Amino acid sequence: MLAIGLLLWTAWQNVETNLAVRKLALGFDFLRQEAGFGIPFTIIPYGETDTYLRVFLVGLTNTILASILGIILATILGFVIGIARLSPNWAVAKAALIYVETVRNLPLLLHVLIWYNVAIRSLPPARQALGLFDSIFLSNRGIFVPSLQIGLGWGPLAIVAGVSTLSVVAILRHARRRRDETGQGAAVALPIALTLAATSFVLAAWGGVGISWPALQGFSFSGGMALSPELAALVIALAIYNASFIAELVRGSIEAIGKGQREAAASLGLDRAKILKLVIIPQAMRVLVPPLTNQYLHLVKASSLATVIGYPDLVNVFVGTSLNQTGRAIEIMTMTMLVYLSLSLLITGLSNLYGHRIRIVER
Amino acid sequence: MSAIASPNPAANRASRYHARSLVTWARANLFARPIDVMLTTGIALAAIVLIWAVLPWAILDATWQGSTRADCRPDAACWAFIINRSGQFIYGFYPAAERWRVDLVFLAFAMALLVLLNRRLPGKQAAAVFLILVFPILSYMLLHGGIGGLARVTTEKWGGLSLTILLGVAGIVVSFPIAIVLALGRQSEMPVLRWASVGYIEICRGLPLIAVLFMARILLPYAFPSGTEFDPLALAVVGIILFESAYLAEVFRGGLQAIPKGQVEAASAIGFGYWRTAIYITLPQMLRMVVPGVVNNAIALLKNTTLVVILGLFEVLNIVAAGAADPDWLGLHAEGYIFVGLVFWSLCFGMSRYSQRLERDMRSAERS
Repeated sequence: MLAIGLLLWTAWQNVETNLAVRKLALGFDFLRQEAGFGIPFTIIPYGETDTYLRVFLVGLTNTILASILGIILATILGFVIGIARLSPNWAVAKAALIYVETVRNLPLLLHVLIWYNVAIRSLPPARQALGLFDSIFLSNRGIFVPSLQIGLGWGPLAIVAGVSTLSVVAILRHARRRRDETGQGAAVALPIALTLAATSFVLAAWGGVGISWPALQGFSFSGGMALSPELAALVIALAIYNASFIAELVRGSIEAIGKGQREAAASLGLDRAKILKLVIIPQAMRVLVPPLTNQYLHLVKASSLATVIGYPDLVNVFVGTSLNQTGRAIEIMTMTMLVYLSLSLLITGLSNLYGHRIRIVER
Repeated sequence: MSAIASPNPAANRASRYHARSLVTWARANLFARPIDVMLTTGIALAAIVLIWAVLPWAILDATWQGSTRADCRPDAACWAFIINRSGQFIYGFYPAAERWRVDLVFLAFAMALLVLLNRRLPGKQAAAVFLILVFPILSYMLLHGGIGGLARVTTEKWGGLSLTILLGVAGIVVSFPIAIVLALGRQSEMPVLRWASVGYIEICRGLPLIAVLFMARILLPYAFPSGTEFDPLALAVVGIILFESAYLAEVFRGGLQAIPKGQVEAASAIGFGYWRTAIYITLPQMLRMVVPGVVNNAIALLKNTTLVVILGLFEVLNIVAAGAADPDWLGLHAEGYIFVGLVFWSLCFGMSRYSQRLERDMRSAERS
């Protein structure tokens, strides 16, 4: 104990002298300084004259974008493969097994580099881009997809979206209460369709709505939304790698449901699809949610591999470039830690909320 | 994909039907419903197309011998690149005449591991003491040299697969004792010690490894007298140990919590103090329980060692990239990645099989 204490004290003394030598005081005033370097891919507007605070926000939003895309794709792929692992069809089950065992035993960085250096580089240049339905274009300059253009400011847009979401939720709740109280279902399709139609009308009439299609112009595409090769490689690799783990979690949670449940449901006369939808999956979700949350946390942290291929995520622009330029190690590491901590807490919180909703109601 | 039968239905049915005939088996397991016919045909077609595309590229038309890229066919794999550079991929820039030292270190490690993991061999305690206390120092002296007539080989010459495995081994071996202390600290009744352990573990687990490596590179120099020169390899090892000890500590904590309370109570009933209880009662039981968890952690760590590229180290993935940047072999990324992939895959797959078997054995031992 004493030895460790002495060691830490010496280390702290060294930190103090080192800070004094470099004339650095602890403090967050550097966030207001001009950063002076460019960032190739940003969601929020950014220029070289912006401050380090802006750099931090750019990195944060880029990390969140890659994480969200990765989580969505990994979940879809993981569920499909996990269910395929249990298919009575031998070929399907074996194909899923081969996928899982191949993918999860390779380093994630290798996945990222293969997608970045081999797969995306071997796509044709923008002029001969591979077009899917003339709306999605794959090229070695990135992936170009159509984007929605809404002529409203963020504030009014949030209000319209909020009102619309609330109405749909209210319709669904009303239908469920009616079913619980009277046993009769209420029509939901028509009211929801009417709400969505009204929403679109308001959006179109108020600010104008359009879809911007990517089109070849010169050597690259204009219009639409461009996913840079770095983002595309990162998201694809994150999705494919994490899907193999999610697939195993899904398989495990379905296998954890007792055989009696399936047999009882079958004896009630439910068919296979209904057994899966009404009996197996709701129970399996309870087993699945905690480890799935852990996997999401892994994915968010793993998105920092972006640094290696140069996608400007938080670690790349803030812990990398900004730290190099300012030398504010302690402040920057603290902020980064807080970001990952809050992202973890956010994901855990959402998962607890969901876990609470699907818990067993004991009487 | 609506069909989910009892666990592992294919195997059950296979054993039942296989005796009768292959056709019956195929009808039950491949073509049971119309959708199965479609899925099976689709997968078979995909497999054929894949083999059709890959086989000529990878084997039939591939070039195995040559001294530059010009000797290879442009439309097929160029394995001459891998074969030509295999020395560098394994040993990095380690001088060819000194490579026996690397071999010796790995031989010693493999033998100690064999004694530890094989149930029938005696001398587990000696092997464990050797691995944790003697091996790190011995291998550093042997690899770095400069004493006893061995030529000095500075760390920037280390690289390749041997560096990857070295980082993984160092990460696990050095983290082991630290993680035990952290796990005990987290269970301790002294609040200062407990909060320090919890804080350390949660901070390191909350950050991505890349950020921890950056942290080691930039924060560590602040904690030493100014002017101290830092070896990037040392920084990488420190970063990996910081990270790994936190994860291992959680595995150990799980093991400690699984020990029945009666064990500790019985120990204190016969007059054992804290340390004697830990050394003779709880730690030995815990260590046996956590082996699968440690192996799983080792798999994750081995895959993660590739991240040291950001410190400029030439571990196997980076040395392949360097090879593919050589004008003689420009752009042969795919071949290099396939080579690295095969190496990682065999190591990780082997370890995960071992850990699965261990878990199965432990479950059946518990039941009997």
